[in-house]
Amino acid sequence: MSGDVVLDVAGLRVVGLPSKAEIVTEVDLTLGRGEVLGLVGESGSGKTTLGLALLAHAKRGTSIASGSVTVCGRDLLTLPAEEVRRARGRTVAYIPQSPASALNPALRIGTQLRECLNGSASREAHREEEGEERVQEVLREVALPDTPDFIRRYPHQLSGGQQQRIAIAMAFIGRPELIVLDEPTTGLDVTTQRHVLETVRRMCEGYGASGVYISHDMAVVAGIADRLAVMYSGRVVEAGTAEAVLAAPRHPYTARLLLAVPDLAAEREMTGIPGHAPSPLARPGGCAFAPRCELAEDRCRAEQPAPVEVTVGHTVRCVKPGSPPAPRPATPLRAGDGGGAPVLEVRGLSARYGRTEVLSGIELTVPAGECVALLGESGSGKTTLSRAIVGLHPEFDGEILLDGEALAHGSYRRTEEQRRRVQYVFQNPYEALNPRKTVRELVLGPVRVLRGRVADPDAVVRDALERASLRGDLAGRYPDQLSGGERQRVAIARALATGPDLLICDEITSSLDVSVQSSIVELLRELQRRDGLSLLFVTHDIALVRNLAQHVAVLEDGRIVESGPVERVFTTPDHPYTRSLIDDTPHFTPAFARLDSRD
Amino acid sequence: MTETATVPTPAPGTPATGAGRREGLLRAALRLRRTRAGLVLTALVLGVALLGPLLAPHSPTEFVAAPFSGPADGMPFGSDQLGRDVLSRFLHGGLTVLGLAAAATAIGVGFGALLGVVAGYRRGVLDEIVMRTGDVVLAFPQLVAALLFLSIIGPKLWLLVLVVGVSHVPRTARVVREATLKVVEQDFVKAAEAIGVRRAKIMAGELLPNVSSALAVELGLRLTYSIGLVAGLGFLGLGLQPPTADWGLMINENRIAVTVQAWAVALPVSAVALLTVGTNLITDGLARASIGIDRGVRS
Ligand code: SF4
Repeated sequence: MSGDVVLDVAGLRVVGLPSKAEIVTEVDLTLGRGEVLGLVGESGSGKTTLGLALLAHAKRGTSIASGSVTVCGRDLLTLPAEEVRRARGRTVAYIPQSPASALNPALRIGTQLRECLNGSASREAHREEEGEERVQEVLREVALPDTPDFIRRYPHQLSGGQQQRIAIAMAFIGRPELIVLDEPTTGLDVTTQRHVLETVRRMCEGYGASGVYISHDMAVVAGIADRLAVMYSGRVVEAGTAEAVLAAPRHPYTARLLLAVPDLAAEREMTGIPGHAPSPLARPGGCAFAPRCELAEDRCRAEQPAPVEVTVGHTVRCVKPGSPPAPRPATPLRAGDGGGAPVLEVRGLSARYGRTEVLSGIELTVPAGECVALLGESGSGKTTLSRAIVGLHPEFDGEILLDGEALAHGSYRRTEEQRRRVQYVFQNPYEALNPRKTVRELVLGPVRVLRGRVADPDAVVRDALERASLRGDLAGRYPDQLSGGERQRVAIARALATGPDLLICDEITSSLDVSVQSSIVELLRELQRRDGLSLLFVTHDIALVRNLAQHVAVLEDGRIVESGPVERVFTTPDHPYTRSLIDDTPHFTPAFARLDSRD
Repeated sequence: MTETATVPTPAPGTPATGAGRREGLLRAALRLRRTRAGLVLTALVLGVALLGPLLAPHSPTEFVAAPFSGPADGMPFGSDQLGRDVLSRFLHGGLTVLGLAAAATAIGVGFGALLGVVAGYRRGVLDEIVMRTGDVVLAFPQLVAALLFLSIIGPKLWLLVLVVGVSHVPRTARVVREATLKVVEQDFVKAAEAIGVRRAKIMAGELLPNVSSALAVELGLRLTYSIGLVAGLGFLGLGLQPPTADWGLMINENRIAVTVQAWAVALPVSAVALLTVGTNLITDGLARASIGIDRGVRS
């Protein structure tokens, strides 16, 4: 049967230079023909490093220290560089996260596809016209037009989803045995994501190629993978068939990761994993998950747990591979009767960028103490709308009312009080905090501007950090000493410190891991329930809406196509766009996380 | 000012973030051998210039021997065209070059940074005016412009500093503006605008600290050029006037007899050369460190 093993990885170790810190270690994997392996982990788990090592490639500042990567009987790590180069494309292919980086903007897509073909097989076998045919064939396979007109286009003339399909076509055109896909659907809308996933799945089956699909999102991986490998801190902590792992995860980390995925029905509570993954430079001895594990005991910290085979082909690195914790039913959101006086009203708002209209006729109301979700894909105008509300996009027509009083268009023309009452949290926590200021300075800055001198600055900082569930001793740190989740909490703390009535959250979880995202959502629910904060939650993720908001407004191409109470919109969506959003989002409830399967 | 803040250790029992604060630009640059070599060279020449006047055996204007005599006892490098001690004049002559170069650099880079940040942040008409004016100034080679003004108004020190300084402004402004444009795009600047922080404060508190890497590189580069220019103008007689001891002037005064008494030219020439090579190496180190070449995964 060995002929059917396409990929065999043994004892793979990748270290950083010059510190020799282990980024990936003790990795053993096997993958049969036509199978798709889902490689899941949070950021910093080493999954991308492992993915690249499968192509015998090491990023700058890292090197593959030992082990073997055998693809179809040949160990790539011992091949001479020239042969490895030739093997890429023909034997193993790679589809990166952003297709834009894989495509040459200056070359027509047909030229690029043909180049992949020439690079991948002996030239004489592929004469001109055969090459042309192959290009057309592969384009049809990824559901793109094969017309000469299309083949002559440049990458910038294609949409993001089409670009990603071209990247897939480029990977498959040389008929490789193994394809490594690194989060290829990041940044695509749910409908395109679904199509891309289907294409990958179909192509792997059709070509008999094996795939390694890297992602942080269990919901995406569950839909495509035959086998799963969960990575934590550089090691594969659980591996087995997708069915077995999803039905009964035996590693506490896997179980928590699954419970962190938002439930589209919002019946199960989405629970984050406290803390964050250790960096390769500061991994604890013993089980790396121990600091975050509820079941940790002394022996976990004493030594690295060896892999245990719990059932055939299902291995777990845990000293007590047990049954997963039971999912908890979600605590209901506070009822949204919409009866409260509106904090914020948007009336007949239209905005344009140059000549193109990005928003038109927007009507939106945020009742006091409730959460309104603004749901839309990228390009729908949702960021423009939220920036207009906070005064960062003054070029619009229409009215924005705060407590019935019209706001000036630009933030500098609003009163201090108005600026204080509406606070904004940005999407990317890596850019939203000035890297040259400490957390304390970051939190105090806005307070000083909006509320003047404060009597006890330390108390203000401590209180704000506490409300954002951050330890007080972080006050002295700089942003680059914090994880992504912590940075986003600092951004939230900065907003809370000024005592706002309305918090505008612009895609604030989209650049975070699922486990961290869940805990941020928990925090927002808490703020709403405990402090009566009103929220405008801007997102593309429909499952989050269900778990957080009382009302939803669906934005498509600058217009609100549907709005109403979340319950109503989800059970009986009126607009076809809303319906397609609900249908294309991966419905994912692993068997063990179903509430009814217990009791 | 923030580079020295101590990093609090995480409380025991909490997961270590692992991510230590990324080392500051200076620290990162110091890891590179070129930076350290540059520092040694610069320190050497700086030491001569600063401590020289205290160590000189004679007064720089005192006549001690016949003109252009060779090395002798108490006069290891001989005498110059008027019979003054070459070593003493060399030891006294560095301070002026360095002082003038530093002053010109400070004016040029300071003013250029200011314009660059303002232009990059406010954009619009102001940006256009600043950058187009800069283009006009850039059309004149630095040395030619300096010669023009100095020969019209006369060799005045304040003018020398001003002319050299101003010639740096457009280049510095351009570099700082580019760096500012990148920072302006980031959300923390928008966050400050949303809460209504005054524009001037945004420039000083949010933008300037984040272009400091580009500014440090620019400072080193402009200093290197200033040294060359000041020494060159001194050589042309447009800097300090005789009988002051000055490296540029020394080269000019003694060049006719370079075959007979090479020391009087060789000493100032090599000092200026070593200094520019030194500052250039430091600059290069800073530039490499700021874009992260050679940064690996370190513990
Ligand atoms: S080994 Fe211990 S700490 Fe690690 S996951 Fe298992 S129970 Fe938790």
